[in-house]
Amino acid sequence: MTTGEAVFTETIERDQRVEPADWMPDGYRRTMIRQIAQHAHSEIIGMQPEGEWITRAPTLRRKAILLAKVQDEAGHGLYLYSAAETLGADRGDLTRRLIEGRQKYSSIFNYPTHSFADVGVIGWLVDGAAICNQVPLCRSSFGPYARAMIRICKEESFHQRQGYELLLNMMSGTPAQRDMVQDSVNRWWWPSLMMFGPPDADSPNTAQSMAWKIKRHTNDELRQRFVDMTVPQAEALGVTLPDPALRWNAEREHYDFGQPDWDELRRVISGDGPLNRQRLARRRQADEDGAWVREAAAAHAARRSGVPA
Amino acid sequence: MAFDDAYRALTDHDDDARWAYGTGFADPFAGVPTELPAGVDPADLAAYCLMLGDDALIMSHRLQEWVTRAPELEDELALANIALDLLGQARLLLTRAGQAEGSGRDEDTMAFRREAAEFRHVCLAERADADFAHLVARLLVLSTWRLAAFDRLTASRDPMLAAVAAKGIKEITYHRDYAAQWVVRLGDGTELSHARMAAAAEAIAAPAGELFRPHEVEIRLAAAGVAVDPSTLRAEFDAVLGQVLTAATLDPHIFDTEMYAPADCGAAATMPPGPGAPGGRPPSGRDGEHTAALHDILTEMQSLARAVPGGAW
Repeated sequence: MTTGEAVFTETIERDQRVEPADWMPDGYRRTMIRQIAQHAHSEIIGMQPEGEWITRAPTLRRKAILLAKVQDEAGHGLYLYSAAETLGADRGDLTRRLIEGRQKYSSIFNYPTHSFADVGVIGWLVDGAAICNQVPLCRSSFGPYARAMIRICKEESFHQRQGYELLLNMMSGTPAQRDMVQDSVNRWWWPSLMMFGPPDADSPNTAQSMAWKIKRHTNDELRQRFVDMTVPQAEALGVTLPDPALRWNAEREHYDFGQPDWDELRRVISGDGPLNRQRLARRRQADEDGAWVREAAAAHAARRSGVPA
Repeated sequence: MAFDDAYRALTDHDDDARWAYGTGFADPFAGVPTELPAGVDPADLAAYCLMLGDDALIMSHRLQEWVTRAPELEDELALANIALDLLGQARLLLTRAGQAEGSGRDEDTMAFRREAAEFRHVCLAERADADFAHLVARLLVLSTWRLAAFDRLTASRDPMLAAVAAKGIKEITYHRDYAAQWVVRLGDGTELSHARMAAAAEAIAAPAGELFRPHEVEIRLAAAGVAVDPSTLRAEFDAVLGQVLTAATLDPHIFDTEMYAPADCGAAATMPPGPGAPGGRPPSGRDGEHTAALHDILTEMQSLARAVPGGAW
């Protein structure tokens, strides 16, 4: 074992942070870049489903809240790409990997937003599930990622409260609005459970990620935690979660619940979800439409500094 | 903060500091007197607040359309930020307009229940952007004008307008700076970007003239110490634009022309005529005269609010 290796192993064992200039195994570096990039891509693609509703928000207050939320997601993407760059990655290269379909983003964003209730349900369930996944990442062994996650989790908790508050208001509105909320919950519940990834038995990367303390809880542990926390919220809201198997298990002191359609998750991950093509096409279009602007900025900066572009 | 129990965030309702926007519309100007200034026609004040409020509301809408399609991530953040600032200004000004007219119309009634001919913004605000050069050109013109106007409005006899202006100056200073930097980068960038920046500036030069043609309401309120006569903003505007356009290697006199006529906005026969203008001058956006572009904006912006009457959001 080299000195670098010994220091790395000790850092992990003592629950301390690995910093960008420290020695780290190539596999750790690759895994961190992939994980952080996929998270960054998820923030950027995740702007689209809700972003579609900004221009149609039904009150100016809701418009401001939604616009600020989507802006926060761009900000999260920006710090995450920066965290990946501390490991030697390049933002432009990561973006190319995204738009060429060589790197993934969270499958949840391949589902459509049919009504304004979806804005609330995404805040409550999708951001809620994201927080369950991300809170443990505030203790990730890689320093820049862990620190970025603390700020991101704080902002996600605003978003979740704002989403839940929208739903509370809509449930106090017209019967059509209550139906809109229930319909939205019916559509987003199962995809939200899928956000924790496949069952532990089918999750190939979990063991190594746990050993490196990149990941702190298994997929199934986090999923159970999410269900246990969400059921009372659904009751307070007055909506039904669309799972006939959902019931309290006094012996386990947890809710029992049904299994999502894992074939559907596999299809969505492999690119065959409802909106995979549209989401990537929009990102690609923005990238292409912006190319002349970025080239102009580079040419101008080069001329200013006296260095040819 | 209890990071291990994310959902505690949903139940500890006493901790309002963690809400980005609070649970209701918190009035940022609590304490600013809301009485109308003496000797001012309330209808004039309401119309003037709508002019400034609608410029912001409609330009904000056009900026919102850029979300998820900005050329770079930093610009996603900047454009959303500017859209939010303008939306915030619009909310305050539309609220003030409702107070002045004494109708009880709130910001949402103003935004979502008015017909096209009741909007009072200039046509430059509603123009669709052919590309990023058009967006930054419009933003430069509108924010240069608005900064000059708000600077003077801090001394307005209407305490609410003065407060809105004082708060808005910092925001608009940033908007103008952001737009100016892009105009310079694109003008002095590549051959392609130079051509596009020049074309955008040329396309909006004539419509920009509308900003400086005083409306009767502006003249009356300026005489009463409440508003600004926009023709007095011309010198500052020309100086700023001249400086930016020179740095951008573009014609510095492109906006000097005062050739504005309604046709320059592309006012189309597809729109029902607005209420028209008094005294034989050509009607403008300040009179409710708009192009088909506004019809598209309102169809989108008002669709959900109008589709769910009595809805709670």
